[in-house]
Amino acid sequence: MTPMQLDLDIRATLRSGKRSFTLRVQCVSNSQRIAVFGPSGAGKSMTLKAIAGLFTPDSGHIRLNGRTLFDSAAGINLAPQQRQVAYLFQDYALFPHLTVRQNVGFGLARGWFNPRARVRQEKVEHWLTAFHLQELAHQYPDELSGGQRQRVALARALVSDPAALLLDEPFAALDPALRVSMREELSQWQQRLGVPMILITHDPEDVRLLGEHVLTLRDGQIDARQTTWEEKIG
Amino acid sequence: MDVAWTALALSLKVAAWATALNLLLGIGTGYLLARARFPGRNLLDALLTLPMVMPPTVLGYYLLVLLGRRGPLGIWLQEHFGINLIFTWQGAVIASTVVAFPLVFKPARAAFEAVDGQLEQAARVLGISEMAIFFRVTLPLAWRGILAGVLLGFVRALGEFGATLMVAGSIPGKTQTLSVAVYEAVQAGQDASANMLVLITSVVCIVVLLAAGRLAPGRIVHR
Repeated sequence: MTPMQLDLDIRATLRSGKRSFTLRVQCVSNSQRIAVFGPSGAGKSMTLKAIAGLFTPDSGHIRLNGRTLFDSAAGINLAPQQRQVAYLFQDYALFPHLTVRQNVGFGLARGWFNPRARVRQEKVEHWLTAFHLQELAHQYPDELSGGQRQRVALARALVSDPAALLLDEPFAALDPALRVSMREELSQWQQRLGVPMILITHDPEDVRLLGEHVLTLRDGQIDARQTTWEEKIG
Repeated sequence: MDVAWTALALSLKVAAWATALNLLLGIGTGYLLARARFPGRNLLDALLTLPMVMPPTVLGYYLLVLLGRRGPLGIWLQEHFGINLIFTWQGAVIASTVVAFPLVFKPARAAFEAVDGQLEQAARVLGISEMAIFFRVTLPLAWRGILAGVLLGFVRALGEFGATLMVAGSIPGKTQTLSVAVYEAVQAGQDASANMLVLITSVVCIVVLLAAGRLAPGRIVHR
């Protein structure tokens, strides 16, 4: 278990009409569990997308585990494909035309064709079993419940041994009871695999259970104190 | 009756080629207009839609001027490849392709625009190249919408009359398509022949429309 090292310093300004929004996030952390906390519209998603390469900041740098993913001064900007991170979208973004098994194996097939529905790969089967998805392997995403979809999304994200797991409001789409159990499940997986995790959320409960290093974001800026949750409430 | 079957075979050949061309052109243009942001995008869309609203004879005239013996493209083709398209079935293919094109690229554009961009982002983060994303995510999800347009384009090409007559003429067995043959038969007072031709055309069109209706964008997508 190597601790994740995140070195983030990004700036971006977005304009729409006369309104403008400035994002200014700076953070160095060795924590395995970083939670970015704040109300919606604070710039959390933009920050997470910047780490994944889905959004390019105006300036600054992003380093993860010693790898430079983005550095405007050095002219480095790795494509999302090269960043080796996994991203869990809020509504999971499962491929509706592919079965559960094909969704999980999607990232392992690198060519121009999707994995075949009938072909079984050891790695895919391993994760299907781990997330109790064997029975559902031949079903399509629109036939699954919210919790099942999230498991598929997690399995799809973890199957290619990512350097970090980025989670965008992972429990927002679930009903409260399921939220509690999925939170617990994610926490256990994170500890078992030792995969570093960066989570964004507006739910204090997520932060309490999954946040070790907590960044509070407001109007695009980090709230002055960067503390652990215990210090914050204590 | 031989005339009818020859005309049907020619019409099917011309429509098939026109549809194959429009499949490539329509998907390419539809994708470009759905995704790329460039100045003049709306103007380009309007220009490409023109064949849908202009009289086919006017289109045919434009093609004649462009592809004819004194047309710029016609001279170039003749000089470099020794190709003459006027009064050939290949000319009929060009005419049908142009006329049917808007019916293919418009639905293709709409279908590409309806694909959730987040799915493409998810594929990107999973390490899949842009080209592979197009073939594995974007195209399969847009396919039904595209295919509905392609079938409409096929029927339109099959029934093409005005532009085809202008460009390819009406040479029996060579460029006389079904719809042109109907016109000739009626002009010549050959009622039996005309009835037969009209019946064949109607049946083919109804079959294709039924197929297109089944594919119309309705429920989501898998299988």
